[in-house]
Amino acid sequence: MNEFTTTRHNHLIDPALHIWGWEIPVYLFLGGMVAGMMVISGWFLFSGRHRNTRCSCFLLPGLAIVLLTAGMLALFLDLEHKRFVWRLYTTFQITSPMSWGSWILLLVYPALIANVLLRLPPVLAGRFPRMDALSERLRERADLLRGVGAINLVLGGLLGIYTGILLSTLGARPLWNSALLGPLFLVSGLSSAAAFGHMVARDREERELLARADNGFLAAELAIFALFIIGLTTATRAHMQAAELLLDGPFTAVFWVFVVGAGVAIPLFIQSLAVRHRIQHTPVAPLLVIAGGLALRFVIVYAGQASRWLPN
Amino acid sequence: MARFGMVIDTARCVGCMDCVVACKTENDVPDGFCRDWITETVSGSFPDLSMEIRSERCNHCDDPPCVTCCPTGASHVDDFGSIVLVDPDLCIGCKACLAACPYDARFIHPQGYADKCTFCDHRVRDGLDPACVAVCPTRCMHFGDLDDPGSEVNRLLGSRRHHSLLPEAGTRPRIFYLT
Repeated sequence: MNEFTTTRHNHLIDPALHIWGWEIPVYLFLGGMVAGMMVISGWFLFSGRHRNTRCSCFLLPGLAIVLLTAGMLALFLDLEHKRFVWRLYTTFQITSPMSWGSWILLLVYPALIANVLLRLPPVLAGRFPRMDALSERLRERADLLRGVGAINLVLGGLLGIYTGILLSTLGARPLWNSALLGPLFLVSGLSSAAAFGHMVARDREERELLARADNGFLAAELAIFALFIIGLTTATRAHMQAAELLLDGPFTAVFWVFVVGAGVAIPLFIQSLAVRHRIQHTPVAPLLVIAGGLALRFVIVYAGQASRWLPN
Repeated sequence: MARFGMVIDTARCVGCMDCVVACKTENDVPDGFCRDWITETVSGSFPDLSMEIRSERCNHCDDPPCVTCCPTGASHVDDFGSIVLVDPDLCIGCKACLAACPYDARFIHPQGYADKCTFCDHRVRDGLDPACVAVCPTRCMHFGDLDDPGSEVNRLLGSRRHHSLLPEAGTRPRIFYLT
């Protein structure tokens, strides 16, 4: 028998850590999706697909700015000392993933704006003809297009990985203490962005391409889930107990039904049929993928807070 | 630079909570929060039971994850005695340090910044013991420089069996419990 009694009763700490509510999962989800959009649109620019004027590489960056701003707002709402938020940009703390993230986010905006400038949305082009003329001249510079594409690719990759590393470096929470969270959140972000692109693509060939890419991302996500669980269940007792939160605990149903089932396996099955032309492309699978990506962040953030080293 | 630490004799601690009250009074800790607290662990099978009563707080670790994860440098190790402190004017209240601490020793002060035990650094700079140590009626708590071979804390660690909390978390805590 081991009985543990404490007189501590601090708000947000006891009986179990619950410092992060909906804001952080939403921020991580939107950050991951924006990262995916940057990688996809960056790749399309880099590979010359932008020559098709209906390319989603001209649609995704503008939307990414809106989503990223919404994510940053959620992050800001989570801060307890809001009027000091500017302190993030008075220093760079090399060991802090959050410091890296705040500076990466600062670089992401100009990269996305440069991407938007390459082909202004019609509403802006009509209102600012000089900017439209500038973007037309920019599009004639192949090296510039490739450069903007490469920068979006790299920054998108960093942003996507950062959303996972942010949690995985917090070793006090055994569920998060896995280097696989970085790749998992990156692949999930790519999957959500590809699903969104699949849904809104105006070009049939591009829709097929994004659906195929999404299938690859979803398959990779399943593989990382398996490695993540294996890693936890073969580590220390604290990690095994953390894994039990997902395997036989309060988060089991939501993880397997909404994240793995409805968020990955079912849309993978549907999209596999669609790319083989057995069924038509519909928004059902992409919407499931996007909802699954959001559910993944909620489960990981909440379950991680419920995991801890065992008191001695 | 000193490397302050604490040694607590669990054979003497009776869990009276004087240390908790002294800390709250000395540091004006807001209602509903505590920087130090008492834990009681009972282990074994009846009738072979053993009990340990401990006064716990921030462990002022040698490898403090709360400091390495802080994005603004608000959480830092001070130059005076390697004490882990928080600068409220730099803290944005992101709560990463709360998540990073395996001892759950931090909390968010009602004014919005992360708060925790400071080893009463304002008293230590004046040559006094932390308030919790000074008031302990059983004299079970000892404070001193772990880098000073002649300090009382080192003498106790050299002569008595002891343990620290969650050494497996790899933070190298500087509070030791004599058993």
